Amino acid sequence: MSTPAYILSRVAQSVFALFCIITITFFLVRLAPGGPFDDDRAVSEHTRAQMDAYYGLDKPLPLQYVKYLGNYIRGDLGPSFGNKGYTVNEVIAQSWPVSVTIGLVGLAIALGIGIPIGVFAAARPNSKTDYLLMSIATLGICLPTFVIGPLLAAFLGLKLGWFDVFGWENSSAWMLASLTLGLYYAAYIARLTRGSMLEQLSHDYVRTARAKGVSPNATLFKHAFRGGITPVVAYLGPALAGLIAGSFVVESIFGLPGLGQHFIKAAKNRDYTLILGTVSVFATLILAMNLLVDIVQTWLDPRRKISS
Amino acid sequence: MPSSAAIETGVAIEKGSSLGRDAWARLKKNKMAMFGLWFFVAITSICFLLPLLPFFPDPNATFLELKSLGAFATATAKDGSTQFYLLGSDNLGRDIFARIVHGGRVSLTVGFIATAVSLLIGVAYGATAGYLGGRIDSAMMRLVDILYALPFMIIVIILTTFFGNSLLLLFVCIGAVEWLTMSRIVRGQVLSLKNQEFVEAARSLGLSDRAIIFRHLIPNTLGPVIVYTTLTVPAVMRLEAILSFLGLGVQPPNASWGSLIAEGADRMISDPALLIFPAIVFALTLFALNFLGDGLRDALDVRASKD
Repeated sequence: MSTPAYILSRVAQSVFALFCIITITFFLVRLAPGGPFDDDRAVSEHTRAQMDAYYGLDKPLPLQYVKYLGNYIRGDLGPSFGNKGYTVNEVIAQSWPVSVTIGLVGLAIALGIGIPIGVFAAARPNSKTDYLLMSIATLGICLPTFVIGPLLAAFLGLKLGWFDVFGWENSSAWMLASLTLGLYYAAYIARLTRGSMLEQLSHDYVRTARAKGVSPNATLFKHAFRGGITPVVAYLGPALAGLIAGSFVVESIFGLPGLGQHFIKAAKNRDYTLILGTVSVFATLILAMNLLVDIVQTWLDPRRKISS
Repeated sequence: MPSSAAIETGVAIEKGSSLGRDAWARLKKNKMAMFGLWFFVAITSICFLLPLLPFFPDPNATFLELKSLGAFATATAKDGSTQFYLLGSDNLGRDIFARIVHGGRVSLTVGFIATAVSLLIGVAYGATAGYLGGRIDSAMMRLVDILYALPFMIIVIILTTFFGNSLLLLFVCIGAVEWLTMSRIVRGQVLSLKNQEFVEAARSLGLSDRAIIFRHLIPNTLGPVIVYTTLTVPAVMRLEAILSFLGLGVQPPNASWGSLIAEGADRMISDPALLIFPAIVFALTLFALNFLGDGLRDALDVRASKD
């Protein structure tokens, strides 16, 4: 397959996956027991019927589904059930910059710390430095974000006063949130990088490079690195999905008004439209990231394209 | 009638060449992995056996007048009986040690059962896809690719909020999320095994596909499956802890390590012991399981970074 055709087929696949996700979520939330107005104080039959008509809940489910998809394609996600007077588009427009900022800065921290540590450890395998770095990394994987988060908040925030620990506006709490998220993935990426770099360094082409007089550093960075980085690139897709799941936790620790907070509140309140809206944003982010990862991977390793 | 010496020799030779024995010998040399194994055995025994003892304190009994005792404190109740608090008590006078042990029982149970669910689905699915091959295989693996892209945490959260917080649902949800990688690993193994002679022999003996998959192929994929299972248990425990932290997992007054850590994080400044003790136990258990998994991978000689 040529490169444009390959990318096109992957885009089509992603759009299909998004469609599946929306469909599954739609029927999952609608067929589940409970409704968005259950917690409201008792209303008359008439008012209830009017509310159902306003939100389009009075029509048969398949019809609602078709209508939802039609509106979705036009970019209209409908009114939010939980945040009265707001549309889902407005809620998402307010909250997605928060989540995306925390996530991307977290990812940058993870790559910026994880890859150098992994390469550094792989350059001196089984030395004391290597063991020390990898033990710290393993410990980092075992400490969940909801332990690291409160500890960072206590020491860097409250004790040293370097960061604010709560809220989004006029404060640096989101940096602490990114750091919390980033450190966990940094630990994982460090281990991953070390493992794949070691594997690359054991190949014949590395020995050839050394034999013809390439310096150890040039072998490491110019030759082994390109192959050694591939698993890390492949990991970026799952990492982003993990960062989103992690963002639920850090947003709740640091009181940040991001998508995760809205999603959990929406799930608890049966806010159908907001659930679907946030899910489709998350899904689009993950699918786009996976697509990007695939394209970068074929560029790093052209053999992939032929085999798929 | 053969002499008893010949039988003994035969047995000895068979034992000497066992694959499991070789792996065990290699594992025993790896100090961190052995630490992981013993720590895990110890923590599991403590969590499941200690609460059976008659004098073990009730983890949910509250004594408001005893709030926030320090470690190693002894308190006398109104009826004159004394109670020893190994790790102190929380703000409701509940024994922290008893709560950690009980919480561990929940966390470990979720870890084991959800991993077992993912193991069953993943192995059966992967083995079937790998053995049947061709179009069915590519359709089945395409489905796995699509599922990989799903934001699963989100589906689990929707399921737990909509269908109530039963532990059973938690097992099924997490198990259903975690089987994907397992199915890929098993499929890869089966693909490389299925053209070997022993499968050919089984087929020529007239065995059904089902029998070949379950009796001949799956047992031969055990190495990577054991390794990945060891690494799935901590991943599942983390997932359960995140859900409990968000208030979507185990409901109070019951506790899991995740919900204990969540409670501790709320009162971190006034009472750091509430966060530190459960966090240490949780982290050490995950640490032990990760080292055990890495050690098993080396011992069973499974190639690293294969998923």
